[in-house]
Amino acid sequence: MEQDFKKLDAILASYRGKKGILIPMLQQVQNEMGYLSRDCMRYIANAMQIPAAEIFGVATFYSMFRLKPQGKHIVRVCKGTACHVSDADGIKSALVEALQLPKDENTTSDMMFTLMEVACLGCCSLAPVIMIDDMTFGKLVPEAIPAILDKFRF
Amino acid sequence: MSEITVKVGLASCGVAAGAMDVFNKLTEYLAANKLPVTLMQTACIGMCFEEPIVEFSGSPLGQMHVGKADPESIVKVMEDYIAGIAPQSNVILAEKLGGRHNELLANQQRIVLRNCGVIDPKSLADYEASGGYQALKKALSMDKEQIIEQIKASGLRGRGGAGFSTGLKWSFAAKAVSDKKYVVCNADEGDPGAFMDRSALEGDPHNVIEGMIIGAYAMGADEGYIYCRAEYPMAIEHLKIAIDAAEAKGYLGKNILGTSFSFDLHIKEGAGAFVCGEETALMQSIEGKRGMPTIRPPFPAESGLWGKPTNINNVETWANIAWIISNGAEAFHAFGTEKSPGTKVFALAGKIAGSGLIEVPMGIPIRDIIYKVGGGMKTEKPFKAVQMGGPSGGCIPAQLLDTIVDYDSITATGAIMGSGGMVVMDTGTCMVDVAKFFLNFTQNESCGKCTFCRIGTKRMLEILTRITEGKGEMADIETLQELSENIIKGSLCGLGQTAPNPVLTTLRYFKDEYIAHIVDKKCPAGVCTALLKYSINPDKCIGCTACARKCPVSCIAGSVKQVHEIDQSKCIKCGACLKACKFDAVIKA
Repeated sequence: MEQDFKKLDAILASYRGKKGILIPMLQQVQNEMGYLSRDCMRYIANAMQIPAAEIFGVATFYSMFRLKPQGKHIVRVCKGTACHVSDADGIKSALVEALQLPKDENTTSDMMFTLMEVACLGCCSLAPVIMIDDMTFGKLVPEAIPAILDKFRF
Repeated sequence: MSEITVKVGLASCGVAAGAMDVFNKLTEYLAANKLPVTLMQTACIGMCFEEPIVEFSGSPLGQMHVGKADPESIVKVMEDYIAGIAPQSNVILAEKLGGRHNELLANQQRIVLRNCGVIDPKSLADYEASGGYQALKKALSMDKEQIIEQIKASGLRGRGGAGFSTGLKWSFAAKAVSDKKYVVCNADEGDPGAFMDRSALEGDPHNVIEGMIIGAYAMGADEGYIYCRAEYPMAIEHLKIAIDAAEAKGYLGKNILGTSFSFDLHIKEGAGAFVCGEETALMQSIEGKRGMPTIRPPFPAESGLWGKPTNINNVETWANIAWIISNGAEAFHAFGTEKSPGTKVFALAGKIAGSGLIEVPMGIPIRDIIYKVGGGMKTEKPFKAVQMGGPSGGCIPAQLLDTIVDYDSITATGAIMGSGGMVVMDTGTCMVDVAKFFLNFTQNESCGKCTFCRIGTKRMLEILTRITEGKGEMADIETLQELSENIIKGSLCGLGQTAPNPVLTTLRYFKDEYIAHIVDKKCPAGVCTALLKYSINPDKCIGCTACARKCPVSCIAGSVKQVHEIDQSKCIKCGACLKACKFDAVIKA
């Protein structure tokens, strides 16, 4: 396990001795590892001499930090006001159905997709909107969902 | 020059609508064919509902914007334009040709967005050519007090929503004595339904940066942060490009423009927490901690980031500064009302025809925003309410449409000016559901520090959920009001103090809808699933079985050519039958 985290040393070194580093550092570590496991956070705590509780505290506070392994593609369904009044719930149901998500899980069993809700993507004029990785799809109807997902099944 | 200029709007909304394909098609075509055309990119002109938008200029036809451009036909439009042939369809804005939406833009007044959708946001030279950084040069030749007096005299009020005098706020930070001071730009635009700051940063990042440099100079700060939501990758990219370019040109960094004033600017990406829009929480977050608000006083102007005096302003506030310095406080007063001078940027969304970004003079009636600037309602369903101020705001009903837009008039309705989100709702929107939606949001985003905000919002959400499920009681209304009062009193920061607003305003203006849910067990707008009943009109049903085949719980009986019937005890109210029926025989009530 230790070995796995050695590759983080260069990232951690670039933050040593600077102020206000915890959030950007965790963001970069997450980009490298895909998510922040408990072991990973403990490793950072030791290496950086930051209390593990402080790291857990920050990682659990912000929605961007992921504490579980994620699918290859991240599907964000916008739940902003404009999307809400334009049937975002219907879009979400269509996604859950098309992805065949296991109960109470947000990642597909083949680890291809992780479904998340996001407060607002700021593309309100295109409501309802979803974002897959960094591509935005707007003016959706539930029927359009399966075909969009198929583009990412590779 | 007879050169033709073609500009494609490549802001987030344009790209999401397919503008990149249009841009790539034009790039390809121009590489293969020699034409007297300069292809450029710009950001958002605000008419998001017409994206992708392409602007043409330089031919005798004059300037024109074409909306809903698609890669298939855009080359033909360009060639026609060069040849002086006006396109047949979808000219949305044009000097000479008469665009369909000329009037919508004519009713606006652009200060903050003056360059958005006009210049290339990645080009410092473009910004300079439109008068950029002249205000900084002017400011550096002024006394610091003079600058602050100028901002005070302009009457500019904080555009983040609270409306505090910007000049006064600056004077507090300027008076603080310290070896180190910070200025911060709050770009943590978290209100659902709001995208003003995103567009301003994507479309004209230098304007915000110039405002910050002037502010830092006036207040004696040498370091600044822009705290931007990570959900806005393009805004962050454009800011990075702009900061690098400004540093290279000597507008940022050591000894700015040969003076003794130095200023460094950094970008901090948010990590997803709505409460970080609150200034004390935002500073905690910049310091790398959990973004939980702290008690005030001390105010940031005395003790902010790392205990040093700090001034925090919203993106739109900063974006007004350079214009005010260049044009003077008096010119600013030419727009708006006495107590709320200037303009306000709004993000129009929801059931409005012209959704997008607008900038209007303060003092304009909400009715004019919706019907003269926003193009009216999207569908035939009539206007019901407009939601202003996001989760901290409220719903303004039809009878108050003539309310004018200024801080004090909006506050009197129970809503707030807020940062500029305006979500228009028609009669198909259930107001109890809207209140529940916002409560769900604030309840999720409460940081948990104050008990009333943490638990009170949860109880309110439970009550609202119960009401939308037809399990409410009349006493619930009183409980909601009581909880609201206590949450407002018992919360440290703006999130909790304003969280009950969506409930209070809907109770004030749409109480009958609450009563319909509680007493009649009906949702008048037909939104709350648990209160709906699907049935089949025997006069219209031809017995095609389309609905029965779609029903996920097989609760529709009836064979071919027989009138179908829904078993109410099994129906899960998913609405699949309604969508499946081609004969309007399924009734939702």
